[in-house]
Amino acid sequence: MGNILAFCEFDGGALRASALSNLSFARQAAAAHGGEVVALLIGAGAAAAGAAAAAYAPKVVTVEHGDLGHYLAETYAPIVARLAGEHGAAIVCATATSVGKDLLPRVAALLDAGMASDISKLESGNRFTRPILAGNAYSTVEVSTPVICVTVRQSEFAPAEPTGATGSVASADAGAIDAKGARIDRIDSQKSDRPELTSAKVVVAGGRGMGNGDNFKQLEALADLMGAAMGASRAATDAGMVPADWQVGQTGKIVAPNLYFAVAISGAIQHLAGMKGSKTIVAINKDPEAPIFQVADYGVVTTWEKAVPELIEEIKKVKATR
Amino acid sequence: MKILVPIKRVPDPELKVKLKDGAIDLAGASWVVNTFDEYAVETALRLRENGASGESHGEVVVVTIGPDDAGQQLRSALAMGADRAIRIDGEDKALDSRVVAAVLAKVIEAEKPDLVVMGKQAVDGDANQVGQMLAGKLGWPQATFAATVELAADKASLTVGREVDAGVEYKTIALPGVLTVDLRVVAPTSVKNNITPASHSYGTGEGGPRYASLKGIMAAKKKPMDQKSIGDYGVDVAPATKELGVTLPAARAAGQKVADIPTLVKKLVDEAKAL
Repeated sequence: MGNILAFCEFDGGALRASALSNLSFARQAAAAHGGEVVALLIGAGAAAAGAAAAAYAPKVVTVEHGDLGHYLAETYAPIVARLAGEHGAAIVCATATSVGKDLLPRVAALLDAGMASDISKLESGNRFTRPILAGNAYSTVEVSTPVICVTVRQSEFAPAEPTGATGSVASADAGAIDAKGARIDRIDSQKSDRPELTSAKVVVAGGRGMGNGDNFKQLEALADLMGAAMGASRAATDAGMVPADWQVGQTGKIVAPNLYFAVAISGAIQHLAGMKGSKTIVAINKDPEAPIFQVADYGVVTTWEKAVPELIEEIKKVKATR
Repeated sequence: MKILVPIKRVPDPELKVKLKDGAIDLAGASWVVNTFDEYAVETALRLRENGASGESHGEVVVVTIGPDDAGQQLRSALAMGADRAIRIDGEDKALDSRVVAAVLAKVIEAEKPDLVVMGKQAVDGDANQVGQMLAGKLGWPQATFAATVELAADKASLTVGREVDAGVEYKTIALPGVLTVDLRVVAPTSVKNNITPASHSYGTGEGGPRYASLKGIMAAKKKPMDQKSIGDYGVDVAPATKELGVTLPAARAAGQKVADIPTLVKKLVDEAKAL
């Protein structure tokens, strides 16, 4: 018997899409452990978002404190670990976002817990399947510590629907806060009206073959036509053509949209790892031998310069008929 | 300044994955230093040297937990410029991230480094856990997924540009601390130490870890490599994670080459129902 402590990220008074995937997993785990889901929100705005989270979990715990304004592994981890004990957690989970990946292993160390990261499936109470070798294989692991830490791959767990009931919301003490000599100086991030890469239904991604950042603007026009998110290969981000957070791949973002356009992307193993879960993959590349064609459902051998304007025209026509 | 760089040997990531009896078939595998750990060695070297003059301002110690052959991966790190290596005898079967963190914590107790630099994840297990677990265990600050690193002039802190989902987060940690590195940390001007002249650039384009020179390779043969066992560090922890089996992903149905864009769009609408 054990509860599931689900660390949930939030923004602007609501749970993030990533948190809803975590809650999907948490519900499965709660059923397997005969316990209940306890959603945990920490940081500025936790109380407000906690009220919204109550639609998704029977119990919500919020922690707010002046010194916890911005996420910091050093200050958040002890709180998660302490509350895991207070709430009888058999599993502590988070989505494998950059926050979840940074935080949960530190929590695991504080709990002396074993951990399974970036899982794709819950097999049973302490058994999980997860991708390894850049997603070229799947490993089923069993973790045998009394408490287990888990991060979940967002693309493998559909967002949880509201429970239909309203859970209880309680605030918890932050306790002693010690940043261990760490502080956040600033975050450089570009605001975008586009959907988040990790939850978008359509993604348009460009590779090194795009040549430069200016050329990517044509892909952006294509993306905006479909309300899509923009992605890129590591080569394009390394070359500084586009922001690093556009990178899709083994060590970038893992995405599984309904439709993925890979434009001028050769298809290195590490890129495929980030997008081969997509439902429909379209590849546009002037090299007929490019490895991307091996995973693409539809491949067109042509230059992006010719293909992208045509794609925009043809999709405009389709939209005009609807 | 002393920097400890834990490295892991992994099967060459470019090789096709083969299974045997429900596990990865490693017979005849060629082993390399984990990509990100190679970047960690490079980062450590850039942090301790004057990149323009080559003068050393600190010590870099590399450590691995592995069988006898893992000594080769340590030698390649020594050839790049690390000063000393430690091989802790161990087989993968006896390890998981929790055990590795426990052993490394003991190594750190003995070595007392100012900084631990490691790759953010091993490209075989893709777990991305050890650095954070180690920091948690030691009560040290952590800066993970580093794309840029700047060592303060007084060497007491590190300012790290971390690749996060929303962009780049700049985090400063007091030393001693744990740094895990991401792909872009080896770009020409990603690592600054207030020793190397600001105008200095490591390579061009995307940069990369340095190649070992012939001189470096020869020197590596004479650099100290200690052999230890997990027991030497007083660690008696069994792995909490057991691998039950490995499977290959279901193959995608074969795709089709399409002659032109209008046909592609038609298929996306009619066949795939994706538009």
